Amino acid sequence: MSKIYLTYNNIISSLGFTTTENIENISKDISGIEKIEDINLSQTPIYTSLVNTIKLDNTFKKLGNINDFTRLEKLMILSLHDVLTESNVKITPKTGLIISTTKGNIDVLDSSSKFSKKRAYLSELAKQIQRFFGFKNEAIVLSNACVSGVLAISVAKRLIKSDMYDNVFVVSGDIVSKFIISGFQSFQAISDSSCKPFSKNRTGINIGEAAASVLVTSQKENLAPDAVEILGDASCNDANHISGPSRTGEGLYRSMLSAFNEANIKTTEIDYVSAHGTATNYNDEMEAIAFDRINLEKVSINSLKGYYGHTLGASGLLESIVGMQSLYNNTLYASYGFDEIGVSKPLNIIKETTEKPLTTFLKTASGFGGCNTAAIFKKVL
Amino acid sequence: MKLETYISTYCHIRNNKILINGKPFIKDAFDTDFSIFSKKVYKDLNLSYPKFFKMDNLSKLAFLAAECVLNREKTNEDDNIAIVLTNRASSLDTDRKHQSSIQDKESYYPSPAIFVYTLPNIAIGEISIKHQLKSENAFFILDAFNAEFLHNYACSLLENNKAESVLCGWVDYDNEKYDCFMYKVSQIGDIKHTINKLQNLYKIKD
Repeated sequence: MSKIYLTYNNIISSLGFTTTENIENISKDISGIEKIEDINLSQTPIYTSLVNTIKLDNTFKKLGNINDFTRLEKLMILSLHDVLTESNVKITPKTGLIISTTKGNIDVLDSSSKFSKKRAYLSELAKQIQRFFGFKNEAIVLSNACVSGVLAISVAKRLIKSDMYDNVFVVSGDIVSKFIISGFQSFQAISDSSCKPFSKNRTGINIGEAAASVLVTSQKENLAPDAVEILGDASCNDANHISGPSRTGEGLYRSMLSAFNEANIKTTEIDYVSAHGTATNYNDEMEAIAFDRINLEKVSINSLKGYYGHTLGASGLLESIVGMQSLYNNTLYASYGFDEIGVSKPLNIIKETTEKPLTTFLKTASGFGGCNTAAIFKKVL
Repeated sequence: MKLETYISTYCHIRNNKILINGKPFIKDAFDTDFSIFSKKVYKDLNLSYPKFFKMDNLSKLAFLAAECVLNREKTNEDDNIAIVLTNRASSLDTDRKHQSSIQDKESYYPSPAIFVYTLPNIAIGEISIKHQLKSENAFFILDAFNAEFLHNYACSLLENNKAESVLCGWVDYDNEKYDCFMYKVSQIGDIKHTINKLQNLYKIKD
């Protein structure tokens, strides 16, 4: 069975326009979350992590007309352009494109948008990206709530294994919009300060925006130094509640179990867990229960939501890319915002950024609709 | 490893009619909107599931089709049935409702009961809860029914032992217009699971 790798990658976020820039900020304990007062996003001030619009447009100008593309399209195109350039992969009929997003260009539904409402169709977003780069195949859009970013990696791997593609470019992204903020506010899930995943004093989530891209490939000849192999992955539903996580962490537990079975490794071989950790009461508690059930309670773990907020459809891929850098730099990055453990099961939260030899990590995510995903990655030596 | 895979049951819901394995399930078509039609189907299926009435239209459509397919075959909680759904409009039908509740400052009233349905995979969650399927699931958005993609993805789940069978479908609801084709794939069944066959089955007319 051929091995599948995650290789060239990019992150565009409040913390920078390249993966390297993002990692530099994370290693300096810098968070991209700020208090923002913008009536176009929220009626009350919010803590959020936004990409600088002026920088976005100035950078995008080199690639295209800033008025022809939506905010999300600009983020995704810039991110994917970086990966295409770095990887030097030529687009052929066997090159796939997967787009991971929860809400796409949802901001065009607002009456203030200058774009046609048609642009809210995710297939329209997909066509913009596909045409911009000249992909020969229809882009596949994955919209599976907050697990989309990690699940997109699984999907890419599966489609390469089934011979549909040789290489797959995955681009993920979501923007902060009034649509999203108002919805999470109606759930009373939004924190009135910077989020504190797994902490006793956590008060909910921050929403953030980002785009992240990666090349998924079976071709070992063209790997970046930070490439990882995907050892195993799975996505299991809680079958419990559409907007609340299972109290037993059932779906997440099953996802991890299935990923470990495929990877054929033991939980003791995991050096680092990149959790979902949204900082809501129920989510963090559910994760702690699931990690305890599978005996990962002693493994170094963090949530990156304290740096970025919850970047929805981008989060899983963004956080997997940060995990790749963790392995490459042999560094465990601090779980920003953590104070005192606030879940019922023990977790070994990373309190300070520390250097340590690392080989293998587990990424997990959970979301509305009862979905959960787990993926295990190993450094390519 | 390439497996021989088959379609065991399939279902179409369109134009206020339901076909199961190509045969009409509800004979009398009636000129009505989806909300009335879906209630009629709910009754004809002898369902007693009050959560149904809280669902948005996309979830109702997917839920009813899943009932038609899964109830044809004995399933129990241990069956590892994955769910892979696709459509064009994602959850836009409900997205527009949420947008209209926040568009004006004067009538600003977002509702969590609506907002939760602004994700297409909630429909998968509803089916999973009803049938207790703690299995692989994914929702994809494509421009039109894509037999090649569905075929390849379902086969990859079966070949890699991620599922014993896969409930696949195209479930689209957009501005009162809807179209649904759902089917179950596994190593058991009468119809060979091929891209060509899927294309032909999707196009079936009553």
